[in-house]
Amino acid sequence: MPVTTIEGHEIHVDAEGFMTEYDEWTEELGKALADAIGVELTDDAWGPIRFLREDFKAEGGHTPTLRRVSTVGGFDTKKLFEMFPKKPAKKMAYIAGLPKPAGCV
Amino acid sequence: MKNLVILGGGTAGTMAANKLRKALDKVEWQITVVDRHDKHDYQPGYLFIPFGTYTPEEVTRSRRKYVSDDIPIVYGDIDRVDAEARTVSLTNGTVLPYDQLVIATGVTPRPDQTPGMDDEGSWYVDVFDFYTHEGATALAKKLETWKGGKLVVQVVEMPIKCPVAPLEFVFLAESFFTERGMRDQVEITYVTPLPSAFTKPICSEHMGHLLTERKIALESDYMVERVDSAEKMLVSYDERQVPYDLLVTVPLNMGADFVARSGLGNELNLVPVDKHTLLSRTYDDIWALGDANDIPASKAGSVAHFEIEVFIDNFLEHIAGKPLTGSFDGHANCFIETGYGKAMLIDFNYDTEPLPGKFPVPGVGPMSLLKETKVNHMGKLAFRWAYWNVLMPGRPMPIGAAMSMTGKDVPVA
Ligand SMILES: Cc1cc2nc3c(=O)[nH]c(=O)nc-3n(C[C@H](O)[C@H](O)[C@H](O)COP(=O)(O)OP(=O)(O)OC[C@H]3O[C@@H](n4cnc5c(N)ncnc54)[C@H](O)[C@@H]3O)c2cc1C
Repeated sequence: MPVTTIEGHEIHVDAEGFMTEYDEWTEELGKALADAIGVELTDDAWGPIRFLREDFKAEGGHTPTLRRVSTVGGFDTKKLFEMFPKKPAKKMAYIAGLPKPAGCV
Repeated sequence: MKNLVILGGGTAGTMAANKLRKALDKVEWQITVVDRHDKHDYQPGYLFIPFGTYTPEEVTRSRRKYVSDDIPIVYGDIDRVDAEARTVSLTNGTVLPYDQLVIATGVTPRPDQTPGMDDEGSWYVDVFDFYTHEGATALAKKLETWKGGKLVVQVVEMPIKCPVAPLEFVFLAESFFTERGMRDQVEITYVTPLPSAFTKPICSEHMGHLLTERKIALESDYMVERVDSAEKMLVSYDERQVPYDLLVTVPLNMGADFVARSGLGNELNLVPVDKHTLLSRTYDDIWALGDANDIPASKAGSVAHFEIEVFIDNFLEHIAGKPLTGSFDGHANCFIETGYGKAMLIDFNYDTEPLPGKFPVPGVGPMSLLKETKVNHMGKLAFRWAYWNVLMPGRPMPIGAAMSMTGKDVPVA
């Protein structure tokens, strides 16, 4: 696994830059990761990010899907697209320091 | 006597029932299958109905005929599972107690989950699914007389059963219109919530060209918010509009509503299980097989088949009070119809993406992985025979439950 340094912290990431060690993440790092992909983390945007972190842990290591963030987390999908444009599921996972959500063939 | 109740007598329920009947003592265990009705559809056949390759009647058989005679089938709509009392209630009032429960009630397309999709006057008029018997049949009728225009093939959200079926539909449609001499009157667009048509790198490298070659437009990362049936267009959450004359959609796929009512499901009514053992993550007397569970493998008949081989061993160990040693690897094996009488074949699991090579005999085949051939297409059509004659009765298949790396060309890093 490659190691990279963000804001003076060494973190483990995969080939696409998604963090691979849940416990290496801090909110400060989350902010830096958001900056790196041009997302502004407003107070509203922190809600879904914190939900992703908690849900991942509770569900035994699954990055929640966009549907789960809206139906279980209670966040409006349209707003998620505004806060994390174009690829909200992927961007939220990146910022929250979680594996990229699984795709298919 | 103990009761094993199997909910759903489709692909997974039928295979599990027949195999367990052979493996379990008849005096000790009674097996009961519950399903709504006697119609068992070969669902992969739905893909071919719109193009007239199969008639609607050809894909349906009697459920009773494929479940071993010594297993009773109770017909009725499942209303609820009481996991504490260990009972299943049907809407007709029947209550079935169980010692072990298998949930194999699959997933169904839910057009009602996308606003505007099943609007009266447009659903089955210019908006269709092909994931149900009714949808595929209605679409066949439509295509018989359709004069052309904008055809949009769209997937609402993953996971769906048979994730390659929408792409197969696109390829078969393209070849269908070409053969009818009307290809230049049809504009085809494929709309997907994923970042591209094929998302695994090697698959994408081998198949990505098919869309461009056949002049099929791609709209990716598309999360549909609603269907505007009056204006005839899809509208996404980020406000991209895709106009259509004919929309063929794969609606959101959800598990059965009784799963949610019983408090046993996730946000898509899928039952959370351990992805290697298939035992519920909450109850140690509930298993979920086939499309109904939440394992991160493709929802396909082939996956259900491989999964059940592992499940049988685990089930026997479990009732004997032993630790579960069977570990499912997510093995899937899918034919992908590419039109013009050809198909591709992919073989993969949780950890290994689809790779090129020969299958099932290394170096020989006769099938080729990730390559368009006529033999693969024959394989796809032969799958229907194998489904009824080998898979359902629980006869051994020449392909192992665990994926094999022999015969696959592994890329050099
Ligand atoms: C268009 C299409 C093409 C496909 N192509 C392929 C392919 O090429 N290869 C492949 O491997 N797979 C393919 N599949 C997928 C395959 O058909 C499914 O993965 C498989 O049938 C899943 O089996 P299952 O037993 O989990 O669910 P099902 O076979 O759907 O069985 C579920 C059963 O539960 C019953 N049930 C549900 N709810 C209730 C209730 N409340 N009360 C009573 N009964 C209930 C239903 O009546 C049904 O009989 C395709 C599917 C489709 C739709």
